Amino acid sequence: MMSIDIEAWVKVAAFLGAGLSMGFGAIGAAIGEGFAAAKANNAISENPTYSGDIIKMMLVGQAIAETAAIFALVIGVLLLFAAGGNVSMITAAGLIGAGLSMGLGAIGSGVGSGFPAGEACAGLARQPALSRSLTTTMLIGSAVSQTPAIFSMVIAFMLMFINFSGGSPHMVAALLGAGLCMGFGAIGSGIGSGFPAGQACVGLARQPAMGSRLTTNMLIGAAVSQTPAIFAMVVSFMLMFVSFAGTPVHPTSAALIGAGLATGLAAIGSGVGSGLAAGAGCEGWARQPMTSGNVLVIMLVGQAVSQTPSIFGLLISFVLIFKGYAATEVFIVSTALLSAGLCTGLGGIGAGVGNGQVAESAVSWVARNVEQEAVLMRTMLVGQAVSQSTAIYAMVVSLALIFLV
Amino acid sequence: MIEGADLIQAAAFLGAGLAMGLGAIGPGVGEGMVGAKACEAIGKNPSEAGLLTRTMLVGQAVSESTGIYSLVIALLLLFVV
Repeated sequence: MMSIDIEAWVKVAAFLGAGLSMGFGAIGAAIGEGFAAAKANNAISENPTYSGDIIKMMLVGQAIAETAAIFALVIGVLLLFAAGGNVSMITAAGLIGAGLSMGLGAIGSGVGSGFPAGEACAGLARQPALSRSLTTTMLIGSAVSQTPAIFSMVIAFMLMFINFSGGSPHMVAALLGAGLCMGFGAIGSGIGSGFPAGQACVGLARQPAMGSRLTTNMLIGAAVSQTPAIFAMVVSFMLMFVSFAGTPVHPTSAALIGAGLATGLAAIGSGVGSGLAAGAGCEGWARQPMTSGNVLVIMLVGQAVSQTPSIFGLLISFVLIFKGYAATEVFIVSTALLSAGLCTGLGGIGAGVGNGQVAESAVSWVARNVEQEAVLMRTMLVGQAVSQSTAIYAMVVSLALIFLV
Repeated sequence: MIEGADLIQAAAFLGAGLAMGLGAIGPGVGEGMVGAKACEAIGKNPSEAGLLTRTMLVGQAVSESTGIYSLVIALLLLFVV
C-alpha cells in the first residue's frame, strides 16, 4: 500500500495539469498556423511580386494564432512554479481542472485564428492594394476567434488561485467538472468563429466596397458562434460557486462531473455548426450585396437551430446539478449519472455540426438565388430537424439514466 | 464493497450512455450533409423542390438508422439486460 500525503498529491496534480495544459494547448495553434502558411505558399505562387507583403501578413496572422498556445504555456508554467498554496485534495482537483480548461480550450481558438490569417494571405495575392483593410479585418477576426481561449484562461486562473479548499468534499468533482466543461466547451466556438473571420477576408478581396459591412456580419456571426462557449462558462461558474454542502457526496460528485461533460461536449458541435452558417453568411454578403438582409435572416435562424444540441447539454447539466440525490454509496447510481452527462454531451456533437452544414448551404444558396428564399428556409428547417433527432435520442437516454435508474 | 453484479449493472449504464452518445455523432453529421446538398440542389433547380425534399428525407431516414440501432442498444442495456 502506497502512503502518499496530500502535499504530494497537490504536486502531482500541478505537474499533471501543466502537462495537460501545454500538451492539448499546442494542438490547435500549430494547425492554425499550418493553414496560414499553406495559404501563404499558395498565394506567393499565384503572385510572387508581393511575396514580401504576403510573408509579413502570414507572420502577423500566425502570431495571433500562437496566442492560444502562449496562454497554455503561461498556465503550464504557473502550474509548475506558482500554484498549490493550499494543501488539500480540493486544491489538487482545481489544478488538474485548470490544466484541462486551458489545454482543451486553446485547441479551437488556435485552429480558428488560422482561417483569417490564411485567407488574408490569399486575398493579398489577388488584391495587393487592399493590404491595410485586409490586415484590419484579419486582426479583428483572429482576435474574436481567441475569445474562447480567453474564457478558458479565466476559468483556469480561478481554479488555480481561488481558495476552494474550505469547501465540502464535492468540490473535488465540481472543480474537475468545471475544468472539463470550459475546456471542451471552448473548442467548437474557437473553430466556429474562425469560419466567418476567414470568409470575411475572402469576401473583402472579392468585393472591397463591402468592407465595413462584412466586418459587421463577421462580428454578428462570430458572436453567435461564441454562445456555446458562454454556456460552458456559465456551467463552470455554477460548478465552482454553487454550494453543495448538505447534499450527499455520493452520487452528487459523479453528477457534477457529468454536468461538466454534458454542456462541454455538446458545445463542440454547436460552436462549429454556428460557425459554418456564419461563414456562409459572410461569403454571401460579398457575393451578392443586394441580398444581405435575406442572408442575415437565414444565417441567424440557421445558427439558432444549430445551438439546440448545446441547449440540450445545458438542460441536462442543470438537471444533474440541481436534482437532489438520496445518499448512496452504490457505485451503479454514480455511473449512471456520469453516463447521462457523457451521453447528451457526445450525442450533441454530430447534430450541432450537421445543423451547421445544412444552414451553411441554405445561406449560400439564398445569396445566389434569393427568389427561392422561402423554399430554402423550409428545406433547411426540415433538414436540421431531422439531423437533430439523434441528439434528442441521446437526451432521452440521459433522462432515463437520471430519473429511472 | 463492490459486488460483481453491481459492476455489471454499472457497465451496462455506462455502455448505454456511450452507445447512444457516440452513436449519435455519425447520423447528425451525415444527415447534415444530406440537408446541405438538398438546399444546394433546390437552389440550383427550384422547380424540383418537392422531389428533392422527398429524396432528402429518404436519404436522412437511411442515415438515421445507425442512430436508431444505438438507441435500441442503449434501451436494451438500460432496461433489458
